[in-house]
Amino acid sequence: SLALSGKASALSTDEKPNSLEEITNYNNFYEFGTGKEDPARNAGSLTTDPWSVEIGGLVDRPGSYSVADLAPENALEERIYRLRCVEAWSMVIPWIGVPLASVLQKVGVQPGAKFVAFETLVRPEEMPGQKRAILDWPYREGLRIDEAMHPLAILATGLYSDPLPNQNGAPIRLVVPWKYGFKSIKSVVRITLTDRRPACTWQDLQPSEYGFYANVNPEVDHPRWSQASERRIGAGLFGGRQETLMFNGYADQVASLYAGMDLAKNY
Amino acid sequence: MAQQLNQYLRRIPVWAVWLAGAIPLGLLLWDIFTGGLGVEPVRDIEHRLGRTALYFLIATLAVTPLLRITRISLMRFRRALGLISFSYAVLHVASWISMEMGFLWAQMLTDVVKRPYLIFGMSAFVLLLALAVTSNDLSIRRMGGAGWRRLHKLVYPAVLLVSMHWIWALKLWEPKPLAILGAILLLLAVRIVIPRPLGLKKPRALQN
Repeated sequence: SLALSGKASALSTDEKPNSLEEITNYNNFYEFGTGKEDPARNAGSLTTDPWSVEIGGLVDRPGSYSVADLAPENALEERIYRLRCVEAWSMVIPWIGVPLASVLQKVGVQPGAKFVAFETLVRPEEMPGQKRAILDWPYREGLRIDEAMHPLAILATGLYSDPLPNQNGAPIRLVVPWKYGFKSIKSVVRITLTDRRPACTWQDLQPSEYGFYANVNPEVDHPRWSQASERRIGAGLFGGRQETLMFNGYADQVASLYAGMDLAKNY
Repeated sequence: MAQQLNQYLRRIPVWAVWLAGAIPLGLLLWDIFTGGLGVEPVRDIEHRLGRTALYFLIATLAVTPLLRITRISLMRFRRALGLISFSYAVLHVASWISMEMGFLWAQMLTDVVKRPYLIFGMSAFVLLLALAVTSNDLSIRRMGGAGWRRLHKLVYPAVLLVSMHWIWALKLWEPKPLAILGAILLLLAVRIVIPRPLGLKKPRALQN
């Protein structure tokens, strides 16, 4: 496959990215199994070309879009982001993609749209994890419209200088770096602009444990484990833990989105 | 046939069980030093030690049902199986303290009293500790057979707590820990359903 390159961005962190090996061999992508190595093992069979994303709902130009329509090569940026999983581990990942806002502007968001809903592909013959009803397929996620329009939120199509590997959500996925990783839905086939809060897979499964917002917050623990600290993948056997930062370290950019909200309630 | 097998078993020294018990640790060390654990070795080390501890605990619990159903006696090896299980539990907890938690004592202490999976795990560990330190002839003599047996019935709540510790640590109902819980419940049920070796008449003293 062709190499990708993206323009450097001021929104990137200067922390050292994890290796491609780490990023592509430690994944939560239950469509390919619940083990961390399952996606690397099982995702190779996924057909990602052709691929289309149905964009609909409260938009001016609904329709079926190709990956190149949404993320044309000349618009690609490199975004080196921290990723914090709700399971209290983290990585630094050099994504290549486009701002989600640019895609939404392309399709024309109507004034009544308050939320954006996303869905992952359902194709059990290529996604063996979907043969069991461990989650209510398709995997669904959603953002408030102002979160979706935030410059940090991107649709990624590449990793390092390659097209996104299948286990990382090929060919196109969401990346919202100030939220727990499960919000950053992979292998997106549907984007719907809507006036009501969309269903989200983990929230529906266990609402006391996974909220709609799922903002990284060291002060609000998951009911069954602490979120105060995290372990960086690749830090070695005795690498220890580091403190988890509010909004995963993106508080300066995104805290204003939640001004006045009780974050312990809206977790 | 059971009699013949028991004769062979009597020739196996207990240290051979300890040697066999060290195999999972040897394989884990091999994987650590040859890079066989992938990009995130900490989780694998911790989980494999914990699973091995549980498997040996289940083996300990299987000794009595095996005797009652088949007359095959592994009684001589039961203490070693239990102590091997506890040794893995010690390594499991040590890996959690050092590798997983990086010696963050304050967070560990608050977590241990607050997080269900850690409450289950740590309570089980304390119970197993009590059983391990009394797993010697001196303790049996000091406590008397009846008192010692009463104390060692704590292995039943301990194994159930270990099983819950595993289930509660996961995000989903995974089939494997549920199957293990099923096996544990089966082993405990056999003790109730088959209270004495099959084919053996109820002892006279107990008949009314």
